[in-house]
Amino acid sequence: MNKSVFLGTLAASALLAGIASAGTLDDVKARGELICGVNTGLTGFGAPDANGNYQGFDVAVCKAVAAAVVGDASKVKYVPTTGETRFTALASGEVDMLARNSTWTFSRDNDLKLDFVAVNYYDGQGFMVHKDLGVSSAKELDGATICIQTGTTTELNLADFFKANNISYTPVTVADDSEAQRQYLAGACDSFTTDASGLAAVRATMPDAENHVILPEIISKEPLGPAVRHGDNNWGDVVRWSFYALVAAEEKGITQANIEEVAASTQDPEVKRLLGLEGDLGAMMGLDKEWAKRAIAASGNYGEIFAATIGESTSIGLARGLNALYTQGGLQYAPPFR
Amino acid sequence: MAHVASVPKEPFRLSMLVYDTRYRSYTIQIVVLVLFLAFLAWLLNNTIVNLAAKDKDINFSFLFQRAGYDIDQQLIPYTNDSTHGRALFVGLLNTLLVAFIGCILATVIGVMAGVLRLSHNWVVSRLMTVYVETFRNIPLLLWIILAFVVFSETAPAPRDFRVTEEMAAAGEAPAASKILFDSVAFTNRGTSIPRPYLDHPLGSFSILDVPINLSVVAALALIALCVWINGRLIANAKSVQEATGERPVTWWKSLIILFAPIIALLYALGFHLEYPELKGFNFQGGINVAHSFTALLIAISLYTGAFIAEAVRAGILAISKGQSEAAYALGLRPGRTMRLVILPQALRVIVPPLISQYLNLTKNTTLGMAISYLDLKGTLGGITLNQTGRELECMLLMMLIYLVLSLIISSGMNVFNTAMKLKER
Amino acid sequence: MTKATFVRKEMLPPQEAPASQRGAIKWARENLFSSPLNAILTILGLLTVVLLVKGALPWLLNGVWEAGSLMECREIIAARHGEGATGACWAMVRERWHQYLFGFYPQPLFWRPTLAFALMFVALAPVLYLGNRTVNTIMAGVVTVLTVLALIGISVAFPQAIAGADAGVAALLAVVIVLGALTAVAWLAPRKLMILTLLYPAIGFYLLWGGSIWGPIGALAGFAILALVYSLTKGQLGVVVGTGAGVVAAMVWWLAVQSHITGALHSLLPFSITHVDSDEFGGFLLAFVIGVTAIAASLPMGILLALGRRSDMPLIKALSVGFIEFIRGVPLITMLFTASLLLQYFLPPRTNFDLILRVIILVTFFSAAYIAEVVRGGLAALPRGQYEAADALGLDYWQAQRLIIMPQALKISIPGIVSSFIGLFKDTTLVALVGLHDPLQGVTKVVRAAIEWKGIYWEPYIFVGLIFFACCFSMSRYSMYLERKLKRDHR
Repeated sequence: MNKSVFLGTLAASALLAGIASAGTLDDVKARGELICGVNTGLTGFGAPDANGNYQGFDVAVCKAVAAAVVGDASKVKYVPTTGETRFTALASGEVDMLARNSTWTFSRDNDLKLDFVAVNYYDGQGFMVHKDLGVSSAKELDGATICIQTGTTTELNLADFFKANNISYTPVTVADDSEAQRQYLAGACDSFTTDASGLAAVRATMPDAENHVILPEIISKEPLGPAVRHGDNNWGDVVRWSFYALVAAEEKGITQANIEEVAASTQDPEVKRLLGLEGDLGAMMGLDKEWAKRAIAASGNYGEIFAATIGESTSIGLARGLNALYTQGGLQYAPPFR
Repeated sequence: MAHVASVPKEPFRLSMLVYDTRYRSYTIQIVVLVLFLAFLAWLLNNTIVNLAAKDKDINFSFLFQRAGYDIDQQLIPYTNDSTHGRALFVGLLNTLLVAFIGCILATVIGVMAGVLRLSHNWVVSRLMTVYVETFRNIPLLLWIILAFVVFSETAPAPRDFRVTEEMAAAGEAPAASKILFDSVAFTNRGTSIPRPYLDHPLGSFSILDVPINLSVVAALALIALCVWINGRLIANAKSVQEATGERPVTWWKSLIILFAPIIALLYALGFHLEYPELKGFNFQGGINVAHSFTALLIAISLYTGAFIAEAVRAGILAISKGQSEAAYALGLRPGRTMRLVILPQALRVIVPPLISQYLNLTKNTTLGMAISYLDLKGTLGGITLNQTGRELECMLLMMLIYLVLSLIISSGMNVFNTAMKLKER
Repeated sequence: MTKATFVRKEMLPPQEAPASQRGAIKWARENLFSSPLNAILTILGLLTVVLLVKGALPWLLNGVWEAGSLMECREIIAARHGEGATGACWAMVRERWHQYLFGFYPQPLFWRPTLAFALMFVALAPVLYLGNRTVNTIMAGVVTVLTVLALIGISVAFPQAIAGADAGVAALLAVVIVLGALTAVAWLAPRKLMILTLLYPAIGFYLLWGGSIWGPIGALAGFAILALVYSLTKGQLGVVVGTGAGVVAAMVWWLAVQSHITGALHSLLPFSITHVDSDEFGGFLLAFVIGVTAIAASLPMGILLALGRRSDMPLIKALSVGFIEFIRGVPLITMLFTASLLLQYFLPPRTNFDLILRVIILVTFFSAAYIAEVVRGGLAALPRGQYEAADALGLDYWQAQRLIIMPQALKISIPGIVSSFIGLFKDTTLVALVGLHDPLQGVTKVVRAAIEWKGIYWEPYIFVGLIFFACCFSMSRYSMYLERKLKRDHR
């Protein structure tokens, strides 16, 4: 099982246990801890606070999975990953899952041997410009200087968009989000492009937010979701359904506060199945009966997580938009728990 | 007659491989060789097993696929339709460009700072000490970021250069204007410098998609020829001086030989400069140098310059005081003493650390990734790696290229070092 | 006729030098305006200073220390100095300084890295050639006082540290007693301080990572086994084979035996302190852990490589040269990316260990190549006579190295080793590029990701830059002092 490393005991306590071949689910259970790859720091989505506790929209998925599998939402080890190291960290088994605003694309799914299990945030690439530039559409940006973050899908989308519209631009590549914000504020680029959620977060913290507008065009589809290694279907199911449990909970009106009450009084058969009062859905993927209950109790249902981390009441102030439930005109939709 | 007893010939025994110092070194080497080969085999085996487990292979064909991303600084033509291999070359050229100019700039800064640090001028020597100590003791990464930020924060935006109709009517000047006779626009997004243009170029051909401009080739050839002729002229003057004791006046001949042909050539080709103009959002025309390049160049030159300054100072201090006193006794001024007597001797002490500083500078250009300067690390080891997920191939290729670069630099400098060495006869 | 010869009876008092030749004016003329060029340089220099101060001073002076967020900072500055005034928001440093120093290390345990840091100085004292025992004792004393002050400061800043499980007054007392005892040792038996130096790797490791005490003891036992096997077999088999046997025995202990024995011991005598995972390390703690471990671990390797490079055996020489030139030829970033991306291909399947450990290993290789060159310089600086004298005494190769060559060569190399350390310490900022929380970019990114501090730019860089400067500047001064001292020793 555990294979010793040549540095032996000098490093013993710094070592992680080797991954056994039995499957990620068994490993996580045996370890009693979920290892979750997260962003090194992205406002609202995942970053440690002043006390070193990770918080955020993506982090909540890790917590839900940990609660479902290990039984304790705090039993997560967060591994910060950069744009370059994230998929390798997952492929090499350094992390069990990745919850790090990564776009689900064909080649990542197939060529990089990842499995994106769900979409926890439907995003799209947008543009922000100074209001006094007098630009009202991204197609008017011919000849503009545009700040983009490297190492993401955004630079490919940008190249595609300008090519498709037969207009030119000068790219100014920046290393990260805060650098982009500073460059843009200093006027070093006419426009700043990244995921619309990121634009909103940047705009929210500007000293003169009213002087900046986000252009109406969304030039790409950016389905962001948690990913697992290709080939471990059981583990993929666990992550997928832990997430859908959160969405289903919102559909059914189950919140962190009322979950016990609902469990005691509900007559809805699907809620009963979800919360483990009827049937044994958990056993089908190797978990106990109350897995979903714990996942929901960890940080609330999908809507609650959204509202607490990036929603309109926070200073980031994102609207639900595409991420509203399908009943409210959005795309979030949990397959039936049956 | 003394009889020398011959040493009894010992028969070879197996234990001699360990105990006899004559053979022990062979034993040790063979053991080490076996261990080393076993280690290599172990690594190779692991790699093969791991690749198989991940369902991957080692495959460099991604280098011939469409890259799909743009690079803002390109020395050879490149679009997002070009291949990853071409992006690699664009990145490599960017690395070489910043390393080459950086080495020159760092040497100039370093020598000046090193000499000035020993100056009798209190303010100047203190300032140089402050410069050397601050740059040496704070990480380069911070300097690169700071240089970049200072450029983009302090320089005016392109729209500040615009003269609107109201301003023209009121006779007001725009908030910012181009410098150096209205030719160079220094904005917060880059420096636009004039681009040389030829009305009747000689045409060009391309090798491997790299266009070779015949006009440039012709100009370079002409310059080389002129320099060679000038060398002959000076050598001739020297031999005349040695024969007669009188040196013929050569400076005006030199000037003519060096400059007249090239000016004639440029005139024949219809040389003129295209100045950057503010059009739309940005300055168009001219050559636009991005701030990521300028900032990296300046930060890395200042940083390396501080180390070179220390090497230069140590080299000068290593020259005995008698040398400068002798030079003063000959009536040389301090400046000429430094240039003609001290520095040439100090060079022997300075060159070895200088080599390692050049190597460091070249390797440190990779830190440009902090400000997204798309050098080799930015293209091959950054975006290409990210888009294709071929980390093994990209990283190995990158290491190989840097290794070759370093070996070229160090061997080149070693040749120079041998030439500079004190020739003891 | 009277002779009207005038003979002065008393000396005239010396006149004061002309105004241009005395005091500040003379100094200024000689040092500032001795020639037109110098005058221009002086004026340019002063102008630079004035411009810099003028640009930065108001911003620094307007700084705000107490605020909850960047927005609040901006409001306070606008209220105090009027609209449009800019100022630094030091409130961020006030709130997040502990992340810059310790990363995410558990707050009640901050005393452990602090103590490890303090002990490092005491442990280094005997090998740094700082001087006699008075200097060592004074240093140990100063370290003790500073550590106690730092710990008190930490307890005030984090009241929960006092109430924490294994911290508190008892821990503070323990620290005082340990450091006080060490100070006494430094005075009474300066040689004995070497024991601390030898044990320090295990102590430092235990303090930082915690866990069961039997782990580090088991690891040390491995070294004891190595030494034992070596001394038993040396006489029969010679140094090289003896060392090889020792290493094999120690490896067997570390890899196969130790975990069982320490496990059994731990269940018998469960003495342990809270375990801290290395992913909780960050900030300057991380920088020091990587820097110090890599330099310490690379010393033996670097010495072997340097000897290998001067070896008569062509194969050994070729391998050493190949290794050194390869490492020195590639940028550190590629080594870091190797640690994070490629090591998984080269190690046996399913081996998986901590990124920090992988980074330390690769950085160790990196610095070993540089240390090897420094030591080679030291070896080359020794006069040929030293080698010949050792041969004349009949010492074999290893005896000569151990007793004659190395003590001298290493002493000459110390300034070079310190410079390598400074370089490495600064280079630890690069680990941010593989996702670790280094002080410059890693922690700063975390801080900026918090919505309160999003958009803060200069303050973290200034804060981190100042600390780096303080550390590196003092080390380089020490190195220069040592260089002068060693030069004097050679006369």
